[in-house]
Amino acid sequence: MARDLGILVIVVLVLAATCQSAVVSPVSESHRSAALELFSPAHGSYGRLNINTLETHPLRIVFDSQIVDLVFQYKISLALGHVYLEETYEALKTFKVLGIEKKHAIRTSSCASVADTLKSTSSALKDFFDALRVNSILKCELNSEAVRGTQSRLKDSLNGASSLIDFYYSIGGLVLLKEQMSEVDVNLGDADRIFRSIKALGQSDGRWRLSSNNPESSNNAAGIALEALAGVISLATPQIDNSWVSFDFCSFVLANSMKITTLKNDILKLFDGIERYDDGTYYFDEKHVGARGHQSPLSSSASVVRGIAAVAAATSETLNLPGEKIMGLAKFFLGVGVPGSAQDLYHQIDALSYLENIRHVLWKLTSFRTLYNKAHPDLKIYSSDHDFVAALVRVSTLLGSPAPTLSVRLMQIFVSGSKDASVIDQELKFDAVSGMHVLETLPKNIDVGSYIFSFEVIFHNPEHKKTYVSGGRTRVLVHITGVIKIDNAEIVILDGDRGSVENQKKLKLPGDNAVALSANHLQKLRLSFDMSTPFGNAFKPHQAFLKLRHESGVDHIFLVGNSGKKFEIILVKASSLVLLLDFLGLVEKFFYLPGRYNIQLTVGDADMENSFLQPLGFVELDLPDAPEKATRPPPQAVDPYSRYGPKAEITHIFRAPEKRPAKELSLTFLGLVLVPFFGFLAGLVQLGANLKNFPKSTVPSTFAILFHLGIAAVLALYTLFWLKLDLFTTLKALGFLGMFLMFVGHKTLSHLASTSSKLKSV
Amino acid sequence: MGKSATTSDVHALFHSLRSAYAATANHLKIIDLYIVFAIVTAVIQVAYMAIVGSFPFNSFLSGVLSCVGTAVLAVSLRIQVNKDNKEFKDLPPERAFADFVLCNLVLHLVIMNFLG
Repeated sequence: MARDLGILVIVVLVLAATCQSAVVSPVSESHRSAALELFSPAHGSYGRLNINTLETHPLRIVFDSQIVDLVFQYKISLALGHVYLEETYEALKTFKVLGIEKKHAIRTSSCASVADTLKSTSSALKDFFDALRVNSILKCELNSEAVRGTQSRLKDSLNGASSLIDFYYSIGGLVLLKEQMSEVDVNLGDADRIFRSIKALGQSDGRWRLSSNNPESSNNAAGIALEALAGVISLATPQIDNSWVSFDFCSFVLANSMKITTLKNDILKLFDGIERYDDGTYYFDEKHVGARGHQSPLSSSASVVRGIAAVAAATSETLNLPGEKIMGLAKFFLGVGVPGSAQDLYHQIDALSYLENIRHVLWKLTSFRTLYNKAHPDLKIYSSDHDFVAALVRVSTLLGSPAPTLSVRLMQIFVSGSKDASVIDQELKFDAVSGMHVLETLPKNIDVGSYIFSFEVIFHNPEHKKTYVSGGRTRVLVHITGVIKIDNAEIVILDGDRGSVENQKKLKLPGDNAVALSANHLQKLRLSFDMSTPFGNAFKPHQAFLKLRHESGVDHIFLVGNSGKKFEIILVKASSLVLLLDFLGLVEKFFYLPGRYNIQLTVGDADMENSFLQPLGFVELDLPDAPEKATRPPPQAVDPYSRYGPKAEITHIFRAPEKRPAKELSLTFLGLVLVPFFGFLAGLVQLGANLKNFPKSTVPSTFAILFHLGIAAVLALYTLFWLKLDLFTTLKALGFLGMFLMFVGHKTLSHLASTSSKLKSV
Repeated sequence: MGKSATTSDVHALFHSLRSAYAATANHLKIIDLYIVFAIVTAVIQVAYMAIVGSFPFNSFLSGVLSCVGTAVLAVSLRIQVNKDNKEFKDLPPERAFADFVLCNLVLHLVIMNFLG
């Protein structure tokens, strides 16, 4: 019916952010270009990219049919001579995994440096290790003297090694020597002892310590230890010799398989300590800052993956690691995106390549594209058929290479926000040209809204299930949007309680409206409209607001479709939205400001194509006068850049006043305090105090009276001081009164003294 | 047995004190009464503060210290006026009284200022 009305309809599938994580893609061209930028050779070798010393010398190099601008620093200064072997290895390994072929201008100097390092007697153990690693990629020509010298050095350090790092370097060096120079004999006589001493550094939770002095254990060290132990196993494998007795051979094989079993157990224990995020990402992190400084989760996880890969390579049996955790680790490494530092890129790419060797991980990249009707290039089309969409799913491995033959099925569609799901089980068609799986038709009763589509990968070849990890069901959040129709929109002023309509205006939504209404505080305003989807179903938007804005700038916002406690619901249809504003109750909310209020309606939803924010007109409100204690409207925000305009109003926050006692209590105590005074007077009477000594003759008596009056005056001054005066006035008055009192008092008391002395002498 | 002995001792002590006190001069008794009056007022104020809390602490201090101050001045007056006190034999009691009045006035000025 919607189509019959001639309203244009389009249903479009759009990719929204998935509810679990952002779209993460496997290794792609962005990684390659980042690798080229980060691993930029300087001083004849690969060092860390130092922007301060970069001299730009743009050079164009063609590789892999892409043209990339590269910046090289061409100061090959042999005077400096020092080649950073570790960084060189990282760069070379990254390029190798990513498949970047470059003409190595660096090869000669790196090879020279490798040869020098192996020959020199002052090289450290780490240098040997790094040099051999670089050589494993570059495959330089090496002097056999130097090789033999290296081998003996490595064997000596292995015998004298005590810390994990020493074991790792020496064993790693020997393993590399063995693969590169087959004529060199690197067999370990006492493989058992070495194996045990490395194992002694391990802990029960699967982690390793770096040395017996250091109590802190870490996942990073665990990865290193696993690599070293795997190296021991591979070095201990003897070259099959006819002189071997079958008994020795069997015992050897048994010992080896026991070692491998312990390693497998260690790996499983290590996996117990794995951390995870809610979206299924697994990673290894360190709890303590180790001796080698802070290890990031990326480097720790990469180290562990290297260790596991080394163990997997040393044994021909499968490791049986949980597929979910492999997928989680893959998610972690890919979730980093394109790292910004060279070392992080190396860790990421290296770990991904080793993960691929352990189990091939399939990565599903769902992307949805809108298909436009070729006849009408703009979006709006006439369509009698609503399934004009395509969903595209691409499946590939972690490093971007294509996946084996499989099919993707849409299993379920959940309505976002509710529990019910419809089971679809529809297979997507595979388009060989683009390499994508296409969902061509949507199920019939899908309407405007948000849905979660659940996809699953089915392998054609059941063998692949063992070697590939597909990550179960992938859920993708999908919004189906459409143009929502709004009709029966009207705004009404109702009078009185029962609501006889006083003023009714029809609205066109969305469209231009300019209504002019007036109301007083006894009336009500009602706004109502119906919303329906292209298929006629009722639609409830996320946002429907009505804003009333006073001319002074004060806003009031109301939610449409919200029935308050005082309001009546006059008519309720499933699809209609009603807002009833009762001005009587809202008078205080409006701060008693009468005048013109502009009305603005906002209706919107994520799935609604024609969300709108529109002014509707104005309403003149007549409100009663504000009482004394009404709250004032909030001060309007002031433009912070205006220099001479009004500043933002300051609202002071005062300290809460102290709690005062009840009045009655205070008055009681006032009375209580006066009681001792009366007790004093009573006591005086009881003691027989009298005024017999008061002077009788005129002059002394006046002085006596003045004396008492003076004291009374001073006390009165004091009460005045407490009530009203300040100290300076008081002191001035006190000065005068005091002098008067002194004079009078002196007179009186001297008179009294003389009388009493006369009495005594008489 | 011991208890009754002590109680009877206390009674005897009490009686002797009372009779001795009755022998003091009248004007000294008046001063004593004044001192008791001042102290009782102070105690009532402290009780009020204990109930209500010491919020305007300066007022509380001012009230209590005025009572205590005037009691102290009255004590010194009593000492000076007492004829049995050999130390102040040459001091005329009127002079002591004048000192008492003056010191009280100064004390009350300070008190009124601090009352707030």
